[in-house]
Amino acid sequence: MHNFDFVKPASIADAVKAMGHDGAQALSGGQTLIPTMKQRLAAPTVLVSLTGISEMKGVCMGEGGLHIGAATPHAVVAAEAGAVYPALAALAAGIGDPAVRSKGTIGGSLANNDPAACYPSAVLASGATVVTNRRKIAADDYFQGMFTTALDEGEIITEVVFPIPQKAAYVKFNQPASRFALTGVFVAKYPGGVRVAVTGASASGVFRWAEAEAALSANFAAGAIAGLTVDASGMIGDLHGTQAYRANLVKVLTGRAVTAAG
Amino acid sequence: MPKDHGIGASSKRREDVRFLTGKGTYTDDMNIAGQTYAVMVRSSVAHGRIVSVGTSAAEGMPGVLAVFTGEDFAAVGGNPAGWLINSRDGTPMREPKRPVLAHGKVRHVGDAYAAVIAETYQQAKDAAQAIADASVIEELPAVVNMAEAVANASNRVHDEIPDNLCFDWGWIEDNRAKVDAAIKSAPHVTTLELVNNRLVPNAMEPRASIGEYFPGTGDYKLTTTSQNPHLTRLLVAAFVMGIPENKLQVVAPDVGGGFGSKIYHYGEEALVLAAAKKLARPVRWTAERSESFLTDAHGRDHVTKIELASDKEGNFIAFRTETLANVGAYLSNFSTATPTFLHGTLMSGPYKVPNVYVNVKTVFTNTAPVDAYRGAGRPEATYSLERVIDKMCRELGLDPFEVRRKNLLTPDQFPYQSPVGLMYDTGNYQATLDKVCEMADVAGFEKRRAASAAKGKLRGMGLSTWIEACGIAPSNLVGVLGSRVGLYDAATVRVNATGNLSVMVGAHSHGQGHETVFAQIVADKLGVPESSVEIVHGDTARIPFGMGSYGSRSLAVCGTAMDKALDKIIAKGKKIAAHMLEAAEGDITFGDGKFSVAGTDKAKTFGEIAFSAYVPHNYPLETLEPGLEETAFYDPANFTYPAGAYICEVEVDEGTGKVDVVAFHCADDFGNIMNPMIVEGQVHGGVGQGIGQALCEFTTYDENGQLLTGSYMDYAMPRAEDVPFYNVDYSCQTPCTHNPLGVKGCGEAGAIGSPPAVVNAVIDALQRGGHTHVTHIDMPVSPSRVWTAMNA
Amino acid sequence: MTKVSMTVNGRAVSAETEGRTLLSAYLREGLRLTGTHVGCDTSQCGACVVHVDGKPVKSCTVFAQDVAGADVRTIEGMANADGSLGVIQQAFQDHHGLQCGFCTPGMVMSAAALLAENPKPTEHEVRHYLEGNICRCTGYHNIVKAVMAASGQDVSALAAE
Ligand SMILES: Cc1cc2nc3c(=O)[nH]c(=O)nc-3n(C[C@H](O)[C@H](O)[C@H](O)COP(=O)(O)OP(=O)(O)OC[C@H]3O[C@@H](n4cnc5c(N)ncnc54)[C@H](O)[C@@H]3O)c2cc1C
Ligand code: FES
Ligand code: FES
Repeated sequence: MHNFDFVKPASIADAVKAMGHDGAQALSGGQTLIPTMKQRLAAPTVLVSLTGISEMKGVCMGEGGLHIGAATPHAVVAAEAGAVYPALAALAAGIGDPAVRSKGTIGGSLANNDPAACYPSAVLASGATVVTNRRKIAADDYFQGMFTTALDEGEIITEVVFPIPQKAAYVKFNQPASRFALTGVFVAKYPGGVRVAVTGASASGVFRWAEAEAALSANFAAGAIAGLTVDASGMIGDLHGTQAYRANLVKVLTGRAVTAAG
Repeated sequence: MPKDHGIGASSKRREDVRFLTGKGTYTDDMNIAGQTYAVMVRSSVAHGRIVSVGTSAAEGMPGVLAVFTGEDFAAVGGNPAGWLINSRDGTPMREPKRPVLAHGKVRHVGDAYAAVIAETYQQAKDAAQAIADASVIEELPAVVNMAEAVANASNRVHDEIPDNLCFDWGWIEDNRAKVDAAIKSAPHVTTLELVNNRLVPNAMEPRASIGEYFPGTGDYKLTTTSQNPHLTRLLVAAFVMGIPENKLQVVAPDVGGGFGSKIYHYGEEALVLAAAKKLARPVRWTAERSESFLTDAHGRDHVTKIELASDKEGNFIAFRTETLANVGAYLSNFSTATPTFLHGTLMSGPYKVPNVYVNVKTVFTNTAPVDAYRGAGRPEATYSLERVIDKMCRELGLDPFEVRRKNLLTPDQFPYQSPVGLMYDTGNYQATLDKVCEMADVAGFEKRRAASAAKGKLRGMGLSTWIEACGIAPSNLVGVLGSRVGLYDAATVRVNATGNLSVMVGAHSHGQGHETVFAQIVADKLGVPESSVEIVHGDTARIPFGMGSYGSRSLAVCGTAMDKALDKIIAKGKKIAAHMLEAAEGDITFGDGKFSVAGTDKAKTFGEIAFSAYVPHNYPLETLEPGLEETAFYDPANFTYPAGAYICEVEVDEGTGKVDVVAFHCADDFGNIMNPMIVEGQVHGGVGQGIGQALCEFTTYDENGQLLTGSYMDYAMPRAEDVPFYNVDYSCQTPCTHNPLGVKGCGEAGAIGSPPAVVNAVIDALQRGGHTHVTHIDMPVSPSRVWTAMNA
Repeated sequence: MTKVSMTVNGRAVSAETEGRTLLSAYLREGLRLTGTHVGCDTSQCGACVVHVDGKPVKSCTVFAQDVAGADVRTIEGMANADGSLGVIQQAFQDHHGLQCGFCTPGMVMSAAALLAENPKPTEHEVRHYLEGNICRCTGYHNIVKAVMAASGQDVSALAAE
């Protein structure tokens, strides 16, 4: 790993300032960035830790729904979001393993936008808002393909706001080695309709399955999607699953998520 | 009442205390004054001509002390193969040189062609990167697929080997015509083509080595993650570096698992020694896990066609196999024995089958070397047999339990000369089969299946029987078969003056618990407390020349050597006692820690005799040397033959193809049991690895020879959630007839018997679930593969 | 180089670090607490798990400077005050929950974190919690059993010993 200067600001303002340095990069839980740096695939010269910024941590209800500070670890979301948004808490509780959940954060996960990550599906299915030091970004605008987001250079996610659905569930099928989502489906039912977001499956990252949303908005039951098919051509095909297999998982897991949502 | 000490007791492991408190001493834990750090410069291409090595890029970089390239080792020897195998036509195998650092060509991704030594690890790492960036390696087409390697003679891993073939081996060649004829005329022939998936051993401790050189004496010391320090010393001394054996000490301290991968000598061990000498400072190297994936010897990787000829009632007539076995880019030390004498010789399994012929073509590819991994050859043989038997049963509509039962050798057939060259000494294969059926409640399966069905899952049950040959021996026979080493072991029992014991053994423990079990045996035999016995292993300066631990040999071979040394101690003790008690030697008996004059109450304790041996005031000095220390070497008369029967039950999720192992039952015959707790642990570990092979582990290179499964992100290690509690039994015991402890070996059993049981169960579940077109799925039977097979 | 101080196993410690010094290196090389092991470079194996402020973390995936001032506990701090094995350690020995011992420090630290959160876990909960700890030797059977035994549950029915 290349060496760097480590800074740990206590406020968003200081963090933004530190991010102005040449070669600066944000460090949140480090559960993605540190392994990447070990492989020398990232080589920041200044690392700006966000974990000392208390205004970026915590889970609370507020305007627009559930506010989660970007530097809130998965374990805290799992423990504290359950009362108002159990599906989200359950998703957080299923990310990686306990040690990963102690450190890894929602902001890091969303900034990274790994095509197999869990949170992006919740954010997209909830129509959540990604709040940064500069602006508010709607989920539908935020995700722009694998490892690509609407964030600009130096922009810091500060919190995420989730509207609370009437019913929701996330069903994840583990990639056998990494235990990320080989495919994961988040289904959320709102008064305005059902949103279905799929992670892990598509070569263009997390996506909404529009046909399923329409069918489930009309009838929120697993059987409602029985007649649908998922086009395998845009799916990821790799060592752990063919394109056809992933297309199958999208449908099977969507049905199971609907059942789980009740 | 279970015993609370000695042979047969589940004595708790003494080594655990240091491991549980963080006080173990693994190689990388050591901290040596003046130490420096080595980092290897590794090829990023699978096959290439080294045009230039960018050593100058490292010159002047901070902390850099030395750089080595293949050139520096051009004059020294290479790392040899331990077995010379002849092809069917009698020609000897092709044995390309395996240098310390690649020279001329790199032959697999990760092949080291240079090394940097620096003051700190990070400095060495930075310099290695600089060298790699500045080196010019002309990439050549990679040889990856075995069938293509053999077919495409123009693309060669080693320029001097035209067909990429190491050898084309037939076993037994004299059987061939008879087997061909038997298959031709058989009423039924079942054919199965299968892949025994390539595995990465993944001992959790990555390999590490520290070289030291002492200029005052010219002595070298190598501290390394080895399963067999003497073998490493022999290889380094006699073949690779030419260091006199008596100038090289090899220490294998606490070692975090081996499973075969730490048997072999690797180039880094020679490198740290050479560098230590050059710098006159200690040089350490520790693999990162990604280096382990690229450079540890891998396991399995067979592509096999097996034919089973039978009558319509399922009586076996013949087995014939044709296998392509991958050895990777270079011959690792046991790589030529593994697919041959550890594989072909087991191809009649526990069955009475008159005709067996095995053909193995061993192929060079631009991949990491492949060698013995837990079970080594025997899992491959067992898997082929047990899968084709199940397939035959399905084709003929026969019951897989009954077919196995009627083909198993019966107890009255021992000793049994197999058609593939082994002499099984004892066994009772019906007993383990009956036992496992009882454990698994086979009769209750239908009910469990219905319960699974109610949850929406398919349920299946799979059986396999297995046999293994452990403790490869005797040396004179293996010598004829091509082994370049002996396969004995040794132990020295040193009774100290105060009566406690230091027992130096050639076996090495890297998880097996020898420090506890060997002490139990000594304590039992001498009637002394276990706590008074210290087992010393892993240091060539302290132990006699032994061959280390692999192939489930520790107890059967080294344990026997120790037993024989103990006999000598007792015999000498009797002489001393006879003198002290003024009795005839023939009248002295030994038991319960006392030497007694038969029929009297005159006796001396073991401690008194020991003291007298070292303070020989009242001692027959004219006829007997003082001291009480004996060494025995033991070369077994035969292999040992543990065997058993396993039943696995799985549930399959039709929607996702995911397989859950819901029950696993093992009935094994390991002969006599020294420590039941440890035996169970060995079976658990083996079964866990076998389930890993069957369900999730695989190793894939792309067509350019890049390793696609080079980290735990893609190489699926079984986790606690992937396995059930195992139901283990070892009550069926037919003691080995040719070692005094009557032990057979239990280290590899689980990894041998379990993969076919799992796959048989999965196929059974699919068949019962109506997917009758699915007769085979190659391992790992991952969710994607199972789903794809169901929906084909 | 920056001096980083923290509390390790109840003792105030400090050592020089670079920005890139991982907590695992700080412990192993800086403090010579080599019980914490490093088994991978992709944050998966869990051999390096320690507690930071009471939470399990992979010490190979956190920078020492990021946890300056924290309260860290490692395997070296798990024994009883008199040096005897702590409850979880003792259960691992009693139930043969380790073979080569390399994964063991991480296993014990994860198990301790589990039992702190969930004093009587089910078999499934134990297995699930240990998802980030890889053991190649034991097949997990005796590890799961040891953790359940350490929680005071009767494990005698889970196959004989
Ligand atoms: C063993 C293991 C298993 C895992 N399993 C899963 C899984 O099942 N599902 C899953 O979803 N994830 C999984 N992860 C990933 C984990 O959730 C990570 O924590 C997460 O992806 C990244 O979050 P982080 O806080 O660790 O971010 P970091 O690693 O600190 O940062 C990641 C990236 O985001 C940037 N960044 C961080 N915070 C911000 C911010 N506030 N604003 C802007 N940019 C920022 C960083 O610069 C970096 O580029 C796993 C990780 C590991 C090691
Ligand atoms: S060393 Fe930390 S997870 Fe492997
Ligand atoms: S005991 Fe060896 S890896 Fe777990």
